[in-house]
Amino acid sequence: MIIPALNEEESLPGVLEDLGSCLPGFDVVVVDDGSTDSTSAVAASAGAHVLTLPYNLGIGGALRTGFRFAIAKGYSRAVQLDADGQHDSSQIPGLLAALDNGADMAVGSRFVDSASPYEVGRVRAGAMGLLRLLVRRRSGQEFSDTSSGFRAFSKPVLELFADNYPSEYMESVEALLLALHNGFKVVEVPVNMSERSAGMPSNRRLRLAFHFLRLLLVIAATEPFRREPDSGPRRDGGSSSRTMRTTPSQSVLHGR
Amino acid sequence: MIDHMVLGQEFGESIGLTTRAHVVVGLVTLCALAFIIRLLRRGQLRSKYAVLWVAAIVPLGLLAVWPGLLTWVSDRAGVFYPPTLFLLAAVAFLFLVVVHFSWELSRLEERSRTLAEQVAMLRADLDTVGLDAVGLDAVGLDAVDQHATFDAESGTHQTSDGMGTPAV
Repeated sequence: MIIPALNEEESLPGVLEDLGSCLPGFDVVVVDDGSTDSTSAVAASAGAHVLTLPYNLGIGGALRTGFRFAIAKGYSRAVQLDADGQHDSSQIPGLLAALDNGADMAVGSRFVDSASPYEVGRVRAGAMGLLRLLVRRRSGQEFSDTSSGFRAFSKPVLELFADNYPSEYMESVEALLLALHNGFKVVEVPVNMSERSAGMPSNRRLRLAFHFLRLLLVIAATEPFRREPDSGPRRDGGSSSRTMRTTPSQSVLHGR
Repeated sequence: MIDHMVLGQEFGESIGLTTRAHVVVGLVTLCALAFIIRLLRRGQLRSKYAVLWVAAIVPLGLLAVWPGLLTWVSDRAGVFYPPTLFLLAAVAFLFLVVVHFSWELSRLEERSRTLAEQVAMLRADLDTVGLDAVGLDAVGLDAVDQHATFDAESGTHQTSDGMGTPAV
């Protein structure tokens, strides 16, 4: 379990306790992304591995740290969830079951069944709709929730992400396209998530708008690709190997 | 539309560019755009900078195709001589970009310092635990070899008492 956390000393104990009781056989690593509170201490006392980053890297950086940890320690799968209690531990087996059934990556989606009660504001829904459309056009596959932080990964995907996970805001869309572009099978699993409480101050909105535009550019600059139904992950011999940071690659989804 | 084009040509010539020069500028703009996109694809340019440069190149391309745009904007800005506005805008843009880079460099230098400090402290921790910091030394500061670092780290992880115990 990879839990990126920034100043979550209040909700983290509950989340860890939940995990401990629901899924006792799994190791947990909390990636402290430059918290100024006692997040690290809280996580350590709950018995989790803790990776304390010396400064804030953002969600992409924290996740990549978690992925590198997973690979270095030899884990064969990983699940990502939030530290704020939005994600329900009891739904993790559902994600893992998708991996058992042959998927390389399982994304917990709030919107697979339209019966889900999760609400988002109109502007946000419009933006997410546009991203969904672009992802569909680029990959040929439909995804209902492109910004989910509740996901499960198989080892090959972990290896890819450990080297190439995108670092900028809203990395989940780029990550999705990165995995798809490399031929991995990504499925969505319906989940319920608790609502996010507060709204967004205006300067956050501006920043979001910028990152949204940036994302549009990134997606536009990738070559369209469609995954053949039966082809497995692409394994190039030496060229365009996405594990080599310095080798030029066809994909713009390079962890930038 | 034809009036527009003629006006554009006259204006273009009035600021010292023939139609041919306009075409050249337009092509150069397209090449610049392609270059930025290529760098982005290769992962050699962070997407936030790609956005910046695309946003800078697109207006230039627009001007190359429609020089009347500059006159239009100058009239509204109260500038008599349109090229002045262009130069002013270009200088202002470059100034802001460079200031931004100074800000980023400052931030990165501070972060580098923090990393160096932590490395020094980690080495000390490794020494006290009795482990040879060979892993760290062999890697050096320029090489980014995650496996070597992790080997050193997992050594610490097992024996040091500050890293937390494995979960059940």
